Amino acid sequence: MDYKAIIAKYRDTTGGILEAFNAVQKELSYLPEEVIAEAARIFNIPAAEAYGVATFYSMYSVEARGKNVIRICESAPCHIAGADEVIAALERELGILMGESTVDGLFALEFTECVGQCQATPVITINGEPFFDVTAAKVPGILAKFQK
Amino acid sequence: MINLNIDGINVSVPKGSTILQAAKEVGINVPTLCYHPDQSVKANCRVCVCEVEGYGLLQAACSTPAAEGMLVKTRTPKVIEARKTILELILANHPQDCLNCARNLNCELQTLAEEYFIRDIPFELRTRGYEKDISTFSIVRDPDKCILCNRCIEVCSVTQSVYALGTENRGHNAIVVPTMGKSLLDSPCVMCGQCIHACPVGAITEYEQLDEFFAALNDPNQVVVTQIAPAVRVAIAEEIGMRSGELPMDVFVAGLRQVGFDYVLHTNFTADLTIMEEGHELLDRLNNNGTLPMVTSCSPGWINFCETFYPDLLDNLSTCKSPQQMFGSLAKTYWAEKMDIDPASIYSVSIMPCTAKKYEASRPEMQDSGYQDVDLVLTTREIGRLFRMSGINFKKLAGANFDSWMGAYTGAGVIFGATGGVMEAALRTVYEVVTETELEDVNFTAVRGMEGIKEAEVDLNGTVVKVAVAHGLSNARQMMEEVKAGESPYHFIEVMACPGGCIGGGGQPITKTNADREVRIEAIYVEDENCEIRKSHDNPEVKTIYEEFLIKPLGDKSHDLLHTHYKAKNKKYL
Ligand code: SF4
Ligand code: SF4
Ligand code: SF4
Ligand code: FES
Ligand code: FES
Repeated sequence: MDYKAIIAKYRDTTGGILEAFNAVQKELSYLPEEVIAEAARIFNIPAAEAYGVATFYSMYSVEARGKNVIRICESAPCHIAGADEVIAALERELGILMGESTVDGLFALEFTECVGQCQATPVITINGEPFFDVTAAKVPGILAKFQK
Repeated sequence: MINLNIDGINVSVPKGSTILQAAKEVGINVPTLCYHPDQSVKANCRVCVCEVEGYGLLQAACSTPAAEGMLVKTRTPKVIEARKTILELILANHPQDCLNCARNLNCELQTLAEEYFIRDIPFELRTRGYEKDISTFSIVRDPDKCILCNRCIEVCSVTQSVYALGTENRGHNAIVVPTMGKSLLDSPCVMCGQCIHACPVGAITEYEQLDEFFAALNDPNQVVVTQIAPAVRVAIAEEIGMRSGELPMDVFVAGLRQVGFDYVLHTNFTADLTIMEEGHELLDRLNNNGTLPMVTSCSPGWINFCETFYPDLLDNLSTCKSPQQMFGSLAKTYWAEKMDIDPASIYSVSIMPCTAKKYEASRPEMQDSGYQDVDLVLTTREIGRLFRMSGINFKKLAGANFDSWMGAYTGAGVIFGATGGVMEAALRTVYEVVTETELEDVNFTAVRGMEGIKEAEVDLNGTVVKVAVAHGLSNARQMMEEVKAGESPYHFIEVMACPGGCIGGGGQPITKTNADREVRIEAIYVEDENCEIRKSHDNPEVKTIYEEFLIKPLGDKSHDLLHTHYKAKNKKYL
C-alpha cells in the first residue's frame, strides 16, 4: 500500500492531515512512524507536531495493531449492562487480552468511552461500526463477519 | 486606558492588558506557573485564579483581559482555597523529591508550595513513573517532574525553531515528549538548553558531572587545568548571591584555585585567537572568491542546528573551532610544552555557560592534540554548586591572577559573551589589519543589544563589508533561509544559538525573563570598557603564540589545531 500517495491526495484540503490519517488508518489500522513523518513533510509541519496530532485523538494508534479494531465501551451504563461478560467472550474467542492484537493481524481489542448509544447497552464498535445490545452469545456471530 | 479596581486599589492599564499585568502595576503579586513573561499566554495551570465580580467562576488572571469597571479580588479565602487545591492536585502527581532535585530552592512549584503552606496532600500520591532521558549527555529530561506548562515546547519551537518537543496524548495522559516520542538524542534537539531556563521546575536540567571533576582532583597524576568562558565570569556572581558582574575577576580566579584547580586559564585568550583566525579567514574569503556569507562557528548549539537543518550550507560556516576547542587543543600542545608538563597528565576542564559545549567536547574529531582536547565541561550552575559547597566567603577572599601563556585577554575577548560581541571584536581587528589605521572608536554599538537581528556596514579601504548578527535560532533560521535562496546581502554573519548570546546560555544561572539577560549584557560591556587592551590583535600572549608556535593566522599549525570541519546530522525526523 502506497501511503505516500494516500497522504498526497489530501495535500490541499484544509485540515487534510486528519483525513490523511483516517485514510491511512483504514488501510493499515494504525499510523506507523513513516506515515507521521511523511504527513509532516506534506503538510509542512514539524514531525513533533504531527506526532502530537496522531496521539491526541483516541481513534488513532501509533502502535501496530490488528486490522479490525474492536472497541468496547467501558463507561458506566455499558458496564452495568454487562460489558465485562462481553469482554470475557471477546478475549476467549480471539485468544488475546484487552489492549492486544491477534497474531494473524486481524483483530485488536481496545476500550473506549461512551459512544453515545446508551439506549442499547452494552455497545461495541468494530472499525467504527456500532453493534448494540451485545451479549457473550452474540460475539462469535459478530466476529464471523470480519473473519474472512 | 482601562480603569479597574484590584483588591480595593484603582488602576489604569492600556487596553489589552490582563488582570495579571494590571495587578503587577499596583504591586499585587498573583502566583503563576504556566505563565512566562516572554511567552504567549497558556492558561493551563489555573494557579493564578482570582475572583471577578459578576462571574460565578474564578478567572485566570494571566488570560483574562482587564475590563472597564472590573472589580477583582486576588486574595479572598475562596481564592486561596482554590489555589491550594490546584497546588495539591499538581503535587499529587509530582515526585516529592525536592532534597535531591537540581532546582531545590530555585523552583517555581516549590516556592508556591511554601507560600501556600502546603502541609499534607489530601490526594493519593501517584507519580507517573517515567524514566529520565540522559541520551544526549548534555540535557537531562525528567518527565516525572513535568507539570505540563508547555513553556519548554514554546521556547524550543518559537524561539529556537527546532521543534524537538511536543505533546503526546491528551488530558490526563498528556506528556511532553521529544519528536515521535523517542529519546532527545533522536530528536532534532541542538542541546541549547533554553528549555532549562523556560522550565519552572526541575523537569529539565544539564547533565551534571561534578563527580567526574572530583575524581580527577583525587588522582595525584593529573594536572587539572581550567578555562573560564567570558559569559560565565559575569553570571557566576548570581550563583553566590551577588548581582551579575559583581564578583571581581581576580576573586573568581582565587575561588577556582581554592576548589582545587591547579592552573586557571582563560577562554578569552582563545576568543582573541579566534578573532585572529576568523578575521583572516574572512579576508581570505573576500579576496579569493570564497563562500560568502561566512557565518561564525563558536556556538555549538548553532553548529548542531546548521548540521541538522542546513546541511547544504556547511561551507558557509567558518572553519574555526570554538574558543573552547581551540583552548583544548592548545592546552595539550603549546601550553604543555611551555610549562613542561606531560600532556598525557593534563585534565582539561572548561567552565562554560553552555549545555551544547558538553556535547561539543565529546565530538570524535575534537582530539587534534593527540588526546581528548577537552576532558570535562562544567556549566556555570555546576561551578555555582561547587562554590556553595566549598563554603568560601567571596567577600573576604583575596584576588589571584590567571596563569601564564593562555590567560591574557582583551575587551574583545570579553564581549564574546554577548550577542554581537564576536562581530564587534572581529570588526575591531579586521578594520585595523586591512586599513592599517587605528580605530578612533572601538565601539560598534549597532551590533549590540537584544534585537533579534542587527546589521552594520564597515568601509575597509573602499570595500564595503555588510555584516549581520542573529541570536536565538529562529532568527538564525531567517538568515539561513536568505542564504539558501541566494538573497543574503551580507558578507559576514554572527550567530549565537541562545537569546542574548552566551550570557543566556543553557548552562547559566536560571533566567526567569529576558530582562535578566540584559543585566548580564550590561556587565559585559562595563568589563570591556574597563579593559586596558580592547583589540584581539593587541593581546600580548596572542602575539607570543604567533611568534613562537603558530607562525601566522591560517598557517599549517592553525590548520591542524584550530580549524575543523562539519558534517550533516541526517536526523531521521525533523
Ligand atoms: S521540581 Fe521543584 S517541587 Fe519538584 S522535586 Fe524539584 S524542587 Fe521539588
Ligand atoms: S535543548 Fe534546545 S533544542 Fe533541545 S529541546 Fe531544549 S530548547 Fe529544544
Ligand atoms: S518540562 Fe518543564 S517547561 Fe516543559 S512542560 Fe514540563 S514543566 Fe513545563
Ligand atoms: S455508556 Fe456505552 S455507549 Fe454510552
Ligand atoms: S499562570 Fe495563569 S493559568 Fe497558569
